[in-house]
Amino acid sequence: MANPAGTAPASALPAAWSSQPLLMIEGLTVDFSGVQVIRGIDLTVARGASLGIVGESGSGKSVTWLAALGLLPRTATVSGSIRLDGEELRGAAATRLDRIRGGRVAMIFQDPSSALNPVIRIGRQVGEVLARHQGVSGSSIRAQTKRLFDLVGLPDAARRFDAYPHELSGGQNQRVMIAMALAGKPDVLVADEPTTALDATIQAQILDLLTTIRRERGMALVLISHDLGVVSETCERIMVMYGGRVVETAPSDSIFANPRHPYTQGLLAALPPFEGALQRLIPIEGQVPEPANMPPGCPFAPRCPQRMAVCEVAIPPLAQTEAGRFSACIAGPAKEAQQPLKLSTKVPA
Amino acid sequence: MLRFAAIRILRAVLTIALVVTFAFLVLRLSGDPARSIMGDDASPEAMAAFRREWGLDQPLWMQYLHYFAAIFQGELGRSMRGGGPALDLVLGRIPATLMLTLPALLMKLAIGIPAGIYAALHRDSAIDRAVMVTAVAGYTVPSFVLGLVLVQVLAIWFAWLPTGGTGSLQHLILPIITLGVGGAAVLARFVRSAMLEVLGQPYIRTASAKGIPWAAVVRGHALPNAAIPTVTIVGFMVGNLIAGSVVVESVFSWPGVGNLLVVSVTARDLAVVQCILLLVAVAMVLSNLIVDFLYGFLDPRLSTGGAET
Repeated sequence: MANPAGTAPASALPAAWSSQPLLMIEGLTVDFSGVQVIRGIDLTVARGASLGIVGESGSGKSVTWLAALGLLPRTATVSGSIRLDGEELRGAAATRLDRIRGGRVAMIFQDPSSALNPVIRIGRQVGEVLARHQGVSGSSIRAQTKRLFDLVGLPDAARRFDAYPHELSGGQNQRVMIAMALAGKPDVLVADEPTTALDATIQAQILDLLTTIRRERGMALVLISHDLGVVSETCERIMVMYGGRVVETAPSDSIFANPRHPYTQGLLAALPPFEGALQRLIPIEGQVPEPANMPPGCPFAPRCPQRMAVCEVAIPPLAQTEAGRFSACIAGPAKEAQQPLKLSTKVPA
Repeated sequence: MLRFAAIRILRAVLTIALVVTFAFLVLRLSGDPARSIMGDDASPEAMAAFRREWGLDQPLWMQYLHYFAAIFQGELGRSMRGGGPALDLVLGRIPATLMLTLPALLMKLAIGIPAGIYAALHRDSAIDRAVMVTAVAGYTVPSFVLGLVLVQVLAIWFAWLPTGGTGSLQHLILPIITLGVGGAAVLARFVRSAMLEVLGQPYIRTASAKGIPWAAVVRGHALPNAAIPTVTIVGFMVGNLIAGSVVVESVFSWPGVGNLLVVSVTARDLAVVQCILLLVAVAMVLSNLIVDFLYGFLDPRLSTGGAET
């Protein structure tokens, strides 16, 4: 399995680029004081591609990217390989990582209001990136920041340079975060739950903005979310994580039509339908296992309606089910593709 | 901003008035100045004359009103012991006290702040633990104990420094160290926890994710935020410049305000005690006011309105 989570390169890009993936993670594991929270992740991101990463809290989707950029606290032990254009990032010198972070790989975070420094004017926070990665200085910082604010649709851009984060709304702050991320002209933008803290209407605007910017700039986008619906609208390819592992990867349209892994099936069943009468949503019974108490076999086995005896002892490998699709399930791939969802339909009172 | 300032100043004046009232009541109700100054064997006539001279024969509320009215005329009474104006007596002692407390404040800042920042940046390292153990020891040992130990070791055993009194720069060293250690320890612990709090904030991770080198993240993003709570405690130390050395001045027989306060309380020299308390209250309230205005400067959330309030 060469590139299990590999994203199809945009067809418009030169062929030479598509031969080597832009970013490649292999065998990534992360331990926090002896407890393994990431248990072997492989993925690739091609230039200009969009990858959605879905999973519940604690599935390891954010930690994967914090680890890739060396942003985890020192208590974390990271192993495996993270390569950007073939250059190994794990264990790279701090000065090298500082050039890459914000310059080639930018990251934006969940709660924009706390992700911006409360005592520094937002213009200066964006200007820092321009100065560091683009060598911009003096009065052109203000001009370029204004241009970025216009690009991300921040109203009244010229006047906002001197504003503080608390003077802006959550959605406006997230636009500032995106402007800050774009300031370094990155090849990859990792958006970690960028809309979770925002109102539903603002959420759609921010997602549209991310999609537009990705298209216009040919920038790859990694969108991390717990919401399969959000990710499928924005990304070409989806990777589902559970218990620190990848359980399924597939193009987003086919994962919706035909989820392979029982966990993905559960996530889909828990989504409200786009049309038709409102009906009861079907929750996935049980809880995500604690990293310290991972079941010995498949991490999803205790909650899985299709579990077999073997699931509780053997960890299923991520195996190809058909072209471009991978699933880590012993029971799943054997099932007929059109089989209706077999899920526990008990709904808690 | 103007409203903010007006409310702060009004509150400051009210605080001072409360302190003055409280000091007046406690001192009048807790002992008889005529007896403590004239002595137990003074004749009843002499006592009565003393009371009349100082207005102590009037009802308490009359004394209070007179006292308050006098304060507004800048009249802080006369020392019952020496007879001179209480204010002159107290002001005359302030330079001696500041000779100890100002260098001690510098010592607190120069040791406490860097130690706290370093400990936070190297959390759980050996140096962090050493700093914290030292800090706990530094602020749990009372200053009179520390002072006496320093005297015993450095002044008596090694005879490097004088045991107390005034006269040379050497006389300053032990009292300043005794005063500075506790404050440096408090500040180190406080700055460490303020820094740890800030370093755990999402905006620090954002700054790192932008590719800002760690040293610049600490300098440009963490320190300005950690400064906000630290200003409070430094302001408290500044407010204590006049009255913070009572114990140390006694241990080292230093002729400052603290020493005068102890002597005047023992003698029930009301005017002097009240004058000192008034000055202390004014110093505290002023430093609090400065802290409030500094907040507005350091934390834009307080001065530019917006989502807060």
